[in-house]
Amino acid sequence: MILKSKRLFYLLCLLLFLLIMLLSPLYTSDYFLILVSNILMYIVLTVSWTIFSGPTGYISLAPAAFFGIGIYTSAIMGSQFSLPVILATGAAAAFCCALLVGMVTLRLQGIYFTIFTFGLVELLGEVVQWWEVNVTGTTGRIVPGTEYTTVYYTMLGIAVVLMLTAYIIKHSRYGLALQSIGEYEEAAGHTGVNVTALKIVSFAVSALFMGACGVIMATRWTYIDPSIAFNPLFSFLPVLMAIFGGVAHLFGPVIGAVIFSYLEEFLTTQFPYYYMLIFGVILVIAIVYLPTGLTGLIRKLGGRLRRRHANT
Amino acid sequence: MIETILNVVVDGLLIGGIYALIAVGLSLQYGVAKVLNIAHGEFIMLGGFITWTSYKVFGINPLLSVAICGPLIFVLGFVLHLALFKRIRMTSETEGAFEGNSMLACFGLMFIIQNVAILIWGAGIKGYSYLGFPVSFGGGAVFPANRLTTLAVAVIICIVFYLFLSRSHMGKGIRAAAQDPDTAQLVGVDINRVLALCFGFGALMAGLAGTLVSMCYKVEPTMGLEYTIIAIIVVVLGGMGSILGSFLGGILLGLIGSLVSHIEPGLTLASFYLIFMILLLVKPTGIFGK
Repeated sequence: MILKSKRLFYLLCLLLFLLIMLLSPLYTSDYFLILVSNILMYIVLTVSWTIFSGPTGYISLAPAAFFGIGIYTSAIMGSQFSLPVILATGAAAAFCCALLVGMVTLRLQGIYFTIFTFGLVELLGEVVQWWEVNVTGTTGRIVPGTEYTTVYYTMLGIAVVLMLTAYIIKHSRYGLALQSIGEYEEAAGHTGVNVTALKIVSFAVSALFMGACGVIMATRWTYIDPSIAFNPLFSFLPVLMAIFGGVAHLFGPVIGAVIFSYLEEFLTTQFPYYYMLIFGVILVIAIVYLPTGLTGLIRKLGGRLRRRHANT
Repeated sequence: MIETILNVVVDGLLIGGIYALIAVGLSLQYGVAKVLNIAHGEFIMLGGFITWTSYKVFGINPLLSVAICGPLIFVLGFVLHLALFKRIRMTSETEGAFEGNSMLACFGLMFIIQNVAILIWGAGIKGYSYLGFPVSFGGGAVFPANRLTTLAVAVIICIVFYLFLSRSHMGKGIRAAAQDPDTAQLVGVDINRVLALCFGFGALMAGLAGTLVSMCYKVEPTMGLEYTIIAIIVVVLGGMGSILGSFLGGILLGLIGSLVSHIEPGLTLASFYLIFMILLLVKPTGIFGK
């Protein structure tokens, strides 16, 4: 009974929060909308990264590749099609690319997979750059822009669908199967989990959201070139945010993304020269001292408090 | 025709020497210390900038700055391992977890070193000219003396290091740790010291490669990542942890790069990635690996 009412309370809180988010364009400034859109972008990248890499422990450095595919879909289709069509195409393109990459690479063990996915970002960037210079004769592209509120609502929509998907996957038998792959892949295979198929599909699902995210962000940036679209930073930051927040719980990556994207906003305006330096320091400290992330730390502290409470 | 072939081959050998040196360093860090050092290229950049500073500001001959650059960067690598990777190794439950965590920590290091370098030297491109006069080969091929010097120095460093590993007492300890860290510890190898030494030596070789790079090319704070990627490709090409494989792989990749850039310069890096990806799929243990 208590459990049920607690869950209902959380659900109501979430709905209320969503309502506030939905209504916020009515009473806030453009600056606020842009800031929140940016935060939502990092939430989408980070949470979708966590869908695959969180439970399985395969560290993918490919987010920038799928994000970039979305960005280029937007740039190529921009003027001829409506936004929903481009969104669907961008997401589908990223999904298919991830399927393909997954099929060939997910046989690779841990660190090789990571190196490969990192190489993928650079390869796509180099090839697109070469193509643009030698075939189309340009270096950058102009993307038709959309209004801030459109970007905001689309990003919010993607984020909500993503959170639901991530929640459903996590609490389904597939989530458990992914977890078991992360713990002991061979044993998972022996208990009847179709290890390869599951890895490939969940990798592709996570890419789908990254692609959609790229489509909408491109319309906000309005100018893109290969070094913007395939910036490896969009691979590193989601990983950093997810690990900082903790991947064991769904809210970990969200908290990590919110803190870091706000920190980015703050640091780039206040200390532009120290911004990446401070990022690096936080990353190293997070890895060395917070291996389970913020949520892990909070849980640990919470457990300690509860125990002290029980003792007295 | 013969002139072109000679040009491509010698050019490949010249850049291949530097690739080999970089890759041997990374191979030591990954093969023994199990740290896939994404910040490897930053040590090359540091080496380049230290050499630039000692030449431009103090007027020290770039070849002599090997003696300044080497020890400085070795100590940096040694201390980094003791301060960071040793702790990560203690707290990581499995070897796989350690590899993942230490690699992510290296990403952090990459940002830190790069931005500290920007704060010290500025974001611009720096260069100096040293031994720029041409040396002529038979068949009409002409190469600048500084690039020939770098190849010679790179090969000498690799040979000295190979002898150190195969002949010296400490080298034996390193090889033992590479094969089986737990058993090495049982027979009296101070594992933490050996791993830190390996990381230090890896950084040292990157630093020396940086000195050589700065003698031929311009240096800038963001140059590291490209070299890191090349080093990773070479290490996979030669087989993880094999010093000789890394050396040969470096020369081979230099030759491939020189050939591709002769045909289509814009696709050199892309061709490296392509080779790398095909290799990972077909033979992830490397062409010289077991």
